[in-house]
Amino acid sequence: MTTRTGPHPTRRLILQGAASVALLGLGNLPFGAAPARAAANDKYPEEAFKQKREADAIKSLYGRTAEPSDKVKLDAPEIAENGGVVPISVTTTLDKVTSISFFVAENPNALAASYRIPDGTIPSVANRLKMAKTTNVTAIVEADGKLYRATKEVKVTVGGCGG
Amino acid sequence: MAIRRRDFLKSAGVAAASLSLPRLARGAEAAGIYDLERFGNARILHITDTHAQLNPVYFREPSVNIGIGEMAGRPPHLVGRAFLDHFGIRSDSADAYAFSCFEFEKSAARFGKLGGFAHLKTLVDRLRNDVGEKHSMLLDGGDLWQGTGLANVMQGRDMVEVANLLGIEAMTGHWEFTYGEQALRDNLERFKGEFLAQNVFLTEEAAFNDASAFDRASGRVFKPSVIKELGGHRVAIVGQAFPYVPIAHPKRFTPDWTFGIREEELQKHVDAVRGHDKVDAVILLSHNGMDVDLKLASRVTGIDVILGGHTHDAIPQPIAVKNANGTTLVTNAGSNGKFLAVLDLALDKGKVGDIRYHLLPVYSELLKPDPAMAELIGRLRAPHVTDWSEKISTPDRLLYRRDNFAGPVDELICTALRAELDAEIAVSPGFRWGVTALAGQALTMEDLLAETAITYPETYVQEMTGAEIKDVLEDICDNLFNADPYYQQGGDMVRAGGLSYTCTPMATVGSRISELKLNSGKALSASHRYKIAGWASVNGQQGAPVWDVVAKYLRSGRMMPERLGSGVTLKGVDGNPGIAGQG
Repeated sequence: MTTRTGPHPTRRLILQGAASVALLGLGNLPFGAAPARAAANDKYPEEAFKQKREADAIKSLYGRTAEPSDKVKLDAPEIAENGGVVPISVTTTLDKVTSISFFVAENPNALAASYRIPDGTIPSVANRLKMAKTTNVTAIVEADGKLYRATKEVKVTVGGCGG
Repeated sequence: MAIRRRDFLKSAGVAAASLSLPRLARGAEAAGIYDLERFGNARILHITDTHAQLNPVYFREPSVNIGIGEMAGRPPHLVGRAFLDHFGIRSDSADAYAFSCFEFEKSAARFGKLGGFAHLKTLVDRLRNDVGEKHSMLLDGGDLWQGTGLANVMQGRDMVEVANLLGIEAMTGHWEFTYGEQALRDNLERFKGEFLAQNVFLTEEAAFNDASAFDRASGRVFKPSVIKELGGHRVAIVGQAFPYVPIAHPKRFTPDWTFGIREEELQKHVDAVRGHDKVDAVILLSHNGMDVDLKLASRVTGIDVILGGHTHDAIPQPIAVKNANGTTLVTNAGSNGKFLAVLDLALDKGKVGDIRYHLLPVYSELLKPDPAMAELIGRLRAPHVTDWSEKISTPDRLLYRRDNFAGPVDELICTALRAELDAEIAVSPGFRWGVTALAGQALTMEDLLAETAITYPETYVQEMTGAEIKDVLEDICDNLFNADPYYQQGGDMVRAGGLSYTCTPMATVGSRISELKLNSGKALSASHRYKIAGWASVNGQQGAPVWDVVAKYLRSGRMMPERLGSGVTLKGVDGNPGIAGQG
């Protein structure tokens, strides 16, 4: 479900649209529950979605911390064209991926979305984030029982003033 | 003319550079400064950011262009004497006048105007004839279609005609996008060259709705590159449009398109033209801005030369940047038609053997205007010449815009906005285009339009709290001084009238701006609401176009106040050679 490669853009867009309901700030049941339930029978991580701080959300969701990895490829704009809809995607070359989650450090609730990745699925997820202000966006990939992360700052600006 | 000719004879010559020779100082005589020694087997000519200036102009280079972090004290963040010393340019030479702000007013009288497309045409033809057919090409780096009243009313159509006659074979864009998709596409129908942009894609919604694109599979709206045979070798030209069009300008002009630097897509494309198309050289025709290009050159591999623009930096020599697989040369070719870059390549099978680079100032007094281009320019301008040549005012001082924080042009605009719209504070965007007018030079409507002609010129008045004003200043200041060039947009700081403040460029966002005061000396209150006038808003506005507001102010006989009521105090940049008179 990456956004720019592969032969069937339309099909990919539809898949991506379905995944993007787990928007940040909508971490309440009607929105957040659907993809989580659809992906697996795991319990909806209600507590994790309620956490304000990124570290607390990660702890609540996974119970441990993640190490930075260049095998997690996080694609996000340097400067958002629209802070209300920031496109973001993650792919990874890691094996045995079981989940991928997005965090926005300074949003009211840091956990934006969490995907269970069923066995045999290509670990590639795209989403759109709603961001109130400039902050770090983090993707965490859970693979073979370990956590790996990539972080990128996304700037949300009032704009204007081009050379 | 005789006096000026003597001045040119004294000039130390045009700076040149190559990979093997760090600098080639040429003691050329005036007539000979455009006689370049033959080198290599392919010649690429590059102009950028001409901003539609059809006739020769005065343009003063900046006296404040601060670099922070890794960019401190390095080109392009050198001004005045520090710039001249770095590049070994004699301070009394014509080149010192063309490339720097050093003694600008004195030199303007000696060396006259630069640029002009009829003069440029003569020079381009000469340099192409020198190397013979099938050995040269002409590229434009964007901001070709905007910057004058004529380009604005014609939505850039005038510049398409001029580009065709000049022989531009490929271009990329920035302000071109502000005419909207339809006007852009109409112009490109008429343009005989290629419009290249590897970094413009359909938004997901637009792709879903089957919007028009060059390549539906990738979503690329425009052709990313073109391959041209030069001197028996194949050269790929990849286009890189301004990455932040929908952020720096109203999004309504490009609702279906999404931009960005797109490093990864660029790398893939460069790898493809090298691996699949077996080209011998890869050139990036970029409108990223020089700081962004320097960073990109360190991360993307396989590009031989980045021919850059956007930040209007006139840099006489390429800067070599190392990356994982080799070295990429980064250039920036100035603005307003002042310069023509000449990249001579010694191409070999699959590689560039060596290069020579010259950034030639287009001294209009040394070049005979091309008759066909002069005729075309005359014809294009004819419908508006009478209306726009009315003298509106005769300023008593030098008017220029380019500088990081302030310039007399925007002081004038802010003063006019405050007076005409009855506002305590006025703001004017930190554009880098807009020509220079000498003290005592009659100012016409055409001159005013050359400082203001955009497709969203509407003025506005709104109320903002002191806290909101500070936040906006912080936000814009970060676009200029973020330590990471990828987070910069390449303009200058918004200009403020009726307001003074202290700026600490090295600080981080949120703590750069302090001591905000009104003209009265009273500190700005965080909660009090102030009346602010402005123009060029990214949100839709309804007020009169800014040029009419400024013209009305000037027609009433007023000018700028004797003592300036606004100012920016800089902190923490003592000794920075990006400030004239320092370093």
